[in-house]
Amino acid sequence: MSELMIQVENLTKDYGPTRAVDRVTFNVRKGEVLGFLGPNGAGKSTTMKMLTCFLAPTGGRARVAGFDVFDDSLAVRQRIGYLPEDTPIYKDMSVLEYLHFAAEMRGMEPTRREQRIKEIGGRCGLGDAAGKLVGELSKGFRQRVGLAQAMLHDPDLLILDEPTSGLDPNQIVEIRSLIKEVGKEKTVILSTHILPEVQATCSRILIISGGKLVADGTPDELRARERGTRYKVVVEANGSPEAAIKDRLGGISGVLRCERVASENGAHAFAIDGNSSHDLRKQLFRAAVDNRWTLLELVRESASLEDVFRNLTTTIGEEPRP
Amino acid sequence: MSATTAIAKRDLRAYFNSPVAYIVVAVYMILAGYLFFNTLFIEHQAEMRGYFSLCPMLFSFIIPAMTMRLLAEEKGSGTLELLITNPVRDWQVVVGKFLAGMGLLAVLLGLTLFYAFTLNSLGPIDKGPTYGGYLGLLLMGGAYVAIGLMASALTKNQIVAFIVAFAISFTLYLFGRIVQIVPPSLQGIVAFLSIDAHFESISRGVIDTRDVIYYLSVITVCLVVATVSLESRKWK
Repeated sequence: MSELMIQVENLTKDYGPTRAVDRVTFNVRKGEVLGFLGPNGAGKSTTMKMLTCFLAPTGGRARVAGFDVFDDSLAVRQRIGYLPEDTPIYKDMSVLEYLHFAAEMRGMEPTRREQRIKEIGGRCGLGDAAGKLVGELSKGFRQRVGLAQAMLHDPDLLILDEPTSGLDPNQIVEIRSLIKEVGKEKTVILSTHILPEVQATCSRILIISGGKLVADGTPDELRARERGTRYKVVVEANGSPEAAIKDRLGGISGVLRCERVASENGAHAFAIDGNSSHDLRKQLFRAAVDNRWTLLELVRESASLEDVFRNLTTTIGEEPRP
Repeated sequence: MSATTAIAKRDLRAYFNSPVAYIVVAVYMILAGYLFFNTLFIEHQAEMRGYFSLCPMLFSFIIPAMTMRLLAEEKGSGTLELLITNPVRDWQVVVGKFLAGMGLLAVLLGLTLFYAFTLNSLGPIDKGPTYGGYLGLLLMGGAYVAIGLMASALTKNQIVAFIVAFAISFTLYLFGRIVQIVPPSLQGIVAFLSIDAHFESISRGVIDTRDVIYYLSVITVCLVVATVSLESRKWK
């Protein structure tokens, strides 16, 4: 079988006249942890619902482990563990009852059921909550039960729709580390609109906005692609005119843009964009020495994912939400 | 098949985890008890005809109350998404839910056996009509459960599911009452559609394949419609 876990080609979904997902194409390799990023209502959940065979695509196709989500839906569903948004789990069942039910639905043998529930329960930290009713659990514990049911049958692919929404910071850290650990051996797709989350957990990011795929790459690639690398330089030049300093800095090879920024008395501050392939700090330092400027500050900073996200998702004309 | 039984077991247990089952059982037992002992004390007859003859009407609101939550609740609370992204076919979900409804109905009818035994100890009751009556109740109840399940598949609102199921069930019941007043040309078809006309002959102890086929057809049609309604989310 191919190395690809998911192949999506021109996937499209219309809800009546509105197009929720618009000709999205991407592949996911085995073992990747893919972050699906986008503002609310961008089409993340809809795409996931199509991958899990809950909704049928209007156009295009999607394959999971080589099986078409529409034509071979049972084969696809056997290989997927899914945690829908808001963790819809029967509130009238106890955690243990629910996990037994989930295992039975997966057609697991009774002996294997017991063993897997014990194993996964331990891994997801369900210990004390096992006998409690799902309806009485805190959001964080309910999320853990949701993760437990998704991993129960040891699926090749985990699809998690906003696994950390509504959790407190401690719970978020716990869930993230759980996902990270699972991601070592499984393919994981998770959706979120929280940026630090993808940075913390994902090896690759897809940004979707207005139903369209607007970016695809590793966090580093995306940051670099967006703006290259930015340097901040502050020099004291003993009376040289600012325009001259700016020309001098702008003339260094590899500098894409040099801009004056506000500075303290007597010093001149510049923001310089360079291409990310190569470090400009040496040349900037040399320029200062050659011109007998006093270098007060030299900082290299990468574009943040927030910038990338905001730029990509607002060009479409949509309000990004933090 | 294991998924179907897993769903049936879960839903039957869910009935008893919530007040629904207890309320339905209590209301039904009070009404059934009244009908049993009414005949006994007022007419001084140990027989079950009074009870059987009113069951088609009783069922038309008791059973929709049982079945309204089966799929509508899952749709409303979103649990359906997790349920049908399991490797199950849509018809397995529908059949599992139907079996859960039949399970609760069997509990209900099982409890009324207590009345039947009481009557029998006071004066032997006719075996044929009693066995026939219970078989008829199961078949007719099955048709009502299927109608209720179909209504529950069409909406995410349990109240709407109840009203739709009640309207359909009660209309089928009313067909039996209006046979005398419709034009003669329609009498045949109205009588055939009537849900209690078929029950009457079974509860007299006469098991006619046409009556059995009528109930099985109603059940099949309703379960198919419910399955199609579940599948409709996948229409492009």
